[in-house]
Amino acid sequence: MSPTAAGSAASPGAGRSESPAAGPAAVSVRDLAVRFESDAGPVTALDGVSFDVPAGGLVTMLGPSGCGKSTLLRAVADLVPLSEGEISVFGRTPEEARLARDFSFVFQDATLLPWRSAIDNVRLPLEVGGRNGSVEQHAEPDELLALVGLAGREAALPHELSGGMRQRVSIARALVCRPRVLLMDEPFGALDEIARDKLNEELLRIWRETGTTIIFVTHSIPEATFLGQKCLVLSAHPGRVREYVGIDFGEARTLATRDTLEFVEVTAHLRRLLGESG
Amino acid sequence: MTGRHEEAGWTAPAPAPAAAGNEAGCAAAGRGRNDPPPGTWRRRAPAIAAAAGLLALWQVIVSGFGVPTYIAPSPVQVLQVFVEQGDILWLNFWPTLMEAASGFLVGNTVAAVLAVWFVHSQLAERAFYPIAVFVNTIPIIAVAPILVLLLGNGYAPKIVIAALICFFPTLVNMVRGLKAVSPQMLELMRVLSASGREVLFKIRLQSSLPFLFAALKIASTTCVIGAIVGEWIGSNYGLGSLIIEATYNFRAPLLYATVILGAGMAVAAFTIVTLVERRVLKWKPPEVF
Repeated sequence: MSPTAAGSAASPGAGRSESPAAGPAAVSVRDLAVRFESDAGPVTALDGVSFDVPAGGLVTMLGPSGCGKSTLLRAVADLVPLSEGEISVFGRTPEEARLARDFSFVFQDATLLPWRSAIDNVRLPLEVGGRNGSVEQHAEPDELLALVGLAGREAALPHELSGGMRQRVSIARALVCRPRVLLMDEPFGALDEIARDKLNEELLRIWRETGTTIIFVTHSIPEATFLGQKCLVLSAHPGRVREYVGIDFGEARTLATRDTLEFVEVTAHLRRLLGESG
Repeated sequence: MTGRHEEAGWTAPAPAPAAAGNEAGCAAAGRGRNDPPPGTWRRRAPAIAAAAGLLALWQVIVSGFGVPTYIAPSPVQVLQVFVEQGDILWLNFWPTLMEAASGFLVGNTVAAVLAVWFVHSQLAERAFYPIAVFVNTIPIIAVAPILVLLLGNGYAPKIVIAALICFFPTLVNMVRGLKAVSPQMLELMRVLSASGREVLFKIRLQSSLPFLFAALKIASTTCVIGAIVGEWIGSNYGLGSLIIEATYNFRAPLLYATVILGAGMAVAAFTIVTLVERRVLKWKPPEVF
């Protein structure tokens, strides 16, 4: 199946092809603009951005560097103030959603506390933000470490783990409060390609097992194609939605999917979009 | 080392390779640091031999050229002081140790508390940091008489001088340490809606510890200097006063013995801080040590 272009980003129905997309929007962005004051005057990072992420969906975000894809993710996470427009996360503002722990964030760097063991790092979200370790509905940290393939390494300190393993711990930490949305900012960007491929497959498994909505920022076209049910392509200066591309390879995606003709067609389409907007 | 490899940890979450990786990790982390690694003596032997050689050379020069004792005593004469006048040395050792230790405690505590305040209040930092720098630029030997005038002849001025000399390196290092938290870590804490208190106690204080210990190592030796300088100015007890007394009475062997005892105190304090650091900072990657 060839990529189905959604054309206008504001029409969330178009281009949708896989089944979980049928639910209500988990994250809804409307006419978003973000401007910064810099030394060289005001800078518009994002302008007129609108799109929906369906509940339970996995949307990748792709764009040239400086297109504001990280800023967009940070705006959803209440880390960046909005200049115009609005964002809703399951009907809440980003601030309300942050206080309710509706989402968690995975950074490019694993940001683990070096003095804490793997399992104590996973527990961190349960100890801060007025939680005091007694969260109503949290997942068991040891089960999460097993979910990300780190059973038996609970007591390991971060410096005893490889880069890929550290990033797995940070994913387990992000899942400990059972978030409804997982925001991932180039989480595998610092890893070698072999580790990245493994973690891509693994992320799809975790996504299916947990049913969490995922927004995944990347600058890798194959990664965006392999993971996303939909791919939001942004253009730079200022960041605008170039196209919201639906991607459908059927149910089972494995590393072999990357060698299929459909996969190559999608990556070619995305590359062309990036080339035009570059 | 296969367990540490990405593949092995991944495809085989079975306990066997993971545990192997764990052991490899622990060995690499240098657990059991208390046992000297093989070859330690071989590495230290040159230093020990050189020190012994210099002492022997000193003895030969002093006795060979007939240098008068009041100008330069021989090592053997200094050793005799430790044996024959040990009671005088120890009598003056304890007050100095007490002053140095109290100064160490007071100076570092005040510096650490001030650093926490500076990190939380830019106004406080802007107001008091320049003053701290200014106080630090006054030579300690010039401050000492002022403090003796203010606080009298007892322990107080010596403790304050020892505290002052510890204060500044700890303040500077601690402020740096508390600020040495990555922006992403702070963003993570914001996403988790963590309070300023939680950021301080869960993140900042822990990550400042390597910086704090670097400062405490400096302070462990300088606090002894501070106490001795304080005793020079106005005191009739302590190693500092003993140095003055021995100098004016041309009791060179006693002077040397006193200096050696003061140096020993500083070395012991440094060693204690280093040992505590190793216990507290077990999480540091081994190459940092």
